[in-house]
Amino acid sequence: MEFLRPASWEEALAAKAEHPSAVPIAGGTDVMVEINFDHRRPEHLLDLNRIAELQEWEVAGDTVRLGASVPYTKIMEHLRAELPGLALASHTVASPQIRNRGGVGGNLGTASPAGDAHPALLAGGGEVEAVSVRGTRLIPIDDFYKGVKRNALEPDELIRAVHLKKATGPQQFSKVGTRNAMVIAVCAFGLALHPDARTVRTGIGSAAPTPIRATTAEEFLAAALDEAGLWESRGVLPPAVARQFADLVSGAANPIDDVRGTASYRRHALGVMARRTLGWTWEQYRGTEQDELDDRSKPCA
Amino acid sequence: MRVTFTVNGAPQEADDVWEGESLLYVLRERMGLPGSKNACEQGECGSCTVRLDGVPVCSCLVAAGQVQGREVVTVEGLAGEGGELSTVQQAFVDAGAVQCGFCTPGLLVAADELLERNPEPSDGDIREALSGNLCRCTGYEKILDAVRLAAARTEEAV
Repeated sequence: MEFLRPASWEEALAAKAEHPSAVPIAGGTDVMVEINFDHRRPEHLLDLNRIAELQEWEVAGDTVRLGASVPYTKIMEHLRAELPGLALASHTVASPQIRNRGGVGGNLGTASPAGDAHPALLAGGGEVEAVSVRGTRLIPIDDFYKGVKRNALEPDELIRAVHLKKATGPQQFSKVGTRNAMVIAVCAFGLALHPDARTVRTGIGSAAPTPIRATTAEEFLAAALDEAGLWESRGVLPPAVARQFADLVSGAANPIDDVRGTASYRRHALGVMARRTLGWTWEQYRGTEQDELDDRSKPCA
Repeated sequence: MRVTFTVNGAPQEADDVWEGESLLYVLRERMGLPGSKNACEQGECGSCTVRLDGVPVCSCLVAAGQVQGREVVTVEGLAGEGGELSTVQQAFVDAGAVQCGFCTPGLLVAADELLERNPEPSDGDIREALSGNLCRCTGYEKILDAVRLAAARTEEAV
């Protein structure tokens, strides 16, 4: 094994071009587990810790460019207003020690269907900045997940950042597990209202081979809100609409039975999470129950 | 490969480090610092918690090569030079927060960092800060007592 320690982004890209099978390591929270347990013996480890710009973020116009290695702790602390869904999801990642090291780039690189960031990224919308010595391309998040732990990156590409749309409306994230900390999702759900575009976006985690959106549910809800003039009136959401939305989210999933839960439980739980997150976001959009929403965003204890 | 970094304030060097080796292994097996414990090796238990450039991390998930030139503080770095216990360590002793002791070093490092960052933590703050540290004796109540005691003593001392 060789340990490559590029001091700059250019050096990192050159190293990845020279050794396309090199495994990038940043927070190490996935890669080191595989090495410790002898599940993986890469010929080259490509350390990205020395590349400062990967740990930085920029807010410009309606976009946040989030460096691939910005730790979840920083997202929680500094980007709650711009990226509320991702900040909530970040807070459910493992433990403080893991959140201090892990970042969105690693979640995307690993591309596990259970990665906590994915539902929030899908719901918020954005693009992955994939870079190689050949150039830079922006991969829409909807096209990024290709299979169980497979993504759209070419072998010589590294993730530089994600470009995320600043929230224009309320966003929520919900995750089912056996306790608050140190839990891999049984299933998870992210929801973002985009009042500027009169659209709704969702993300489902751990309930299909890849993270997915529930597009039928999104379209149904956006149409229902439109037809009833609810974006303008900010009126009460009809319970039948919430129920139908929940059913469609549940139906969008394609889960399996495994050690963490059964397929039917996951479908059920997704329906519950869809209904609840819709209730929270809609009440937030209506501008009511602000105190309760604030309570909900406090650390779990 | 050779790895050079600062441990508890002193420069340290390790030779013939395997490229896939963890910081935890280097600390325990090459530097004679067995305070950080090796249990799960997958970041689940927190017993290997150390501070890397001030930030609590699981040393089992940091590749040795990643700490080149950086600063690590382990549980061995908490006590004073004369061996006098730190506030958090003394509070763990006084509150009876140590049972088998295996999780204790990780909890001490995590609790010490919490109080540095937040001298008056709420119970929720304490629970969250220690949520990545498992105690299989399940002695959590006494551990919470110890952190509250350390916080109160820190406040008195100010």
